[in-house]
Amino acid sequence: MAYHRSAASLTLLATMFAATLALSACGGAGNRTVIQNKGSDTLVNVAQAWAENYRAVNPDVAVAVTGGGSGTGISAMINATVDIANASRTMKDSELEAARANGIEPIEHIVGYDALAVFLHEDNPLSEITLPQLAGIYGDGGEIQSWSQLGVTVPGCDSDEIVVVSRQNNSGTYEYFQETVLGKDGDFRLGTNDLHGSKDVVDLVENTPCAIGYSGLAYAIPEVHMPCVVDTSGNCITPSSETAIDGSYPIARPLFMYTAGEPQGAVGDYLAWVLSAEGQCIIAEKGYAPAEPVDCG
Amino acid sequence: MSSPLATTTGSNPAPRGRGASSAPDRRDRAWYVDRAMQAVVFVGGISGIVAIIGIFVFIMREGFGFIVGPMDPVEFFTSIAWRPTSSNPTYGILALAAGTASVTGLAMLIAVPFSLGAAIYIGEFATGRTRETLKILVEMLAAIPSVVWGFIGLSIMNKLIIRVFDVPIGLNVLNAGVILGLMAAPIMTTIAEDALKAVPDTYREAAEAMGATRWQVVRHVVLPAAKNGLVAAVLLGVGRGFGETMAVLMASGHSINLPTSPFDSVRALTATIAAEMAETANGSEHYQALFTLGILLFAVTFVINLTADIVVRGRKA
Repeated sequence: MAYHRSAASLTLLATMFAATLALSACGGAGNRTVIQNKGSDTLVNVAQAWAENYRAVNPDVAVAVTGGGSGTGISAMINATVDIANASRTMKDSELEAARANGIEPIEHIVGYDALAVFLHEDNPLSEITLPQLAGIYGDGGEIQSWSQLGVTVPGCDSDEIVVVSRQNNSGTYEYFQETVLGKDGDFRLGTNDLHGSKDVVDLVENTPCAIGYSGLAYAIPEVHMPCVVDTSGNCITPSSETAIDGSYPIARPLFMYTAGEPQGAVGDYLAWVLSAEGQCIIAEKGYAPAEPVDCG
Repeated sequence: MSSPLATTTGSNPAPRGRGASSAPDRRDRAWYVDRAMQAVVFVGGISGIVAIIGIFVFIMREGFGFIVGPMDPVEFFTSIAWRPTSSNPTYGILALAAGTASVTGLAMLIAVPFSLGAAIYIGEFATGRTRETLKILVEMLAAIPSVVWGFIGLSIMNKLIIRVFDVPIGLNVLNAGVILGLMAAPIMTTIAEDALKAVPDTYREAAEAMGATRWQVVRHVVLPAAKNGLVAAVLLGVGRGFGETMAVLMASGHSINLPTSPFDSVRALTATIAAEMAETANGSEHYQALFTLGILLFAVTFVINLTADIVVRGRKA
């Protein structure tokens, strides 16, 4: 039996090897324009999806996407080694100065928003939540462990215990939630249920009356309930594409693409396509809010 | 997996040496084909060894930097704080090891009686159609992919456990243990049945001739004779449970906890690697720490399999 298995894996290896050869052979042929796109790991999945879908739109242009972080992408753009830098933050003043010293005027394009909604079971009566409350639930040493501490009794949750649902510790969603809710150096408490994927978070909350979870707004389904989140001036903001776009929702951030000067030629066409309804529906599908409200059917 | 067990039959044919089928003075086409085929099966035969050495070297190389560098052995084995991405990272695996142990332990509590029962029934009591049908069904159970088991745990068992036991969350030791027990049972059943089949029929006939009932034959003759094979079946089941990843990741709740009851969520070593490896920078401390978990898992499964092998061979020595 062991031999059978190794033989199968050998065949698989051989197939993969052959496939790699075939792919590299294809890459050498043709005369395509290549757009270099690098930066934020938060955006890397979306950027790859855009690049893949763009192949069908314009077969003469290939978009090469790499991650590495917002800073890596921006400095590559300043050094003119990439055409487009992806960033989940605005450029720092020091980066702008470095760019201008290199004779480059960076242009910022907002390509979407990363808005995190808080999810509760549909029977959970809690209608609003504050950032300090979220920190008390999620943070290391946080005091809030039962629903009665938030002033609600949740039907179906007799133990009153809050089941804290989080994400695995290297997802961009986890990091952004950590930064915004717990602070740059804040840690999550141990003992959260760290699920693998936004959809799993929503599925678990849907079936677990005691649970609270967070994920990208795009993962919301009618069977879970989203409380509004209280901002610093005391207004409770309902998560939506609109409140993410106008900046009022407290757990949302714009996602950027930066180009050196106004994008020209193939890069300009690509960015225009990214901001078109087709490109914006791809970012929505990946769990982010689009830059403008868009109808994806 | 069944190859070491085949040696327990005692009815093995005489060993077939290399080239036993060809006379030494032949140089015809059949001789060359024979030589070529020997070379081909030799490559197939040693590929398992090559792969295992390759894997060992690879995980050692990737994890070694952590073991000799930033690893604090006391913290590593005694702290429950696994915070690899914190600004002040800590790498304590106690909770992860406890998670793996509790889930595997519960799975064995469930799987051992069922699979031994199934093996005894299939091997000693069932006949004809029933027996064949059961064997096919058991093998089908083994063919269900682990992500499907995980999905059952996540979507069906979670709800069920919350409702039946009135607990806050159904992704816990119980859920993962039941799922893992069901996953390990078919393998254990198959191997245990092989072990029972390896007991020569002359033993049974002798016992029956002395007036023993069916159960007396099983209880006093077959089970003692097959003991080593049965222990090996259980150990391989343990190995299966220990190494299972996807289903445990989905059904256990993936939560850093020292479990005090079957209703606590836990996190397994394998699941931690699976969840965190994909998005970790190559060569970083976190990446190396995950490989160190891999080394630990490799060592433990190696010991379990080796023990199973020694137990099986032990009878002959």
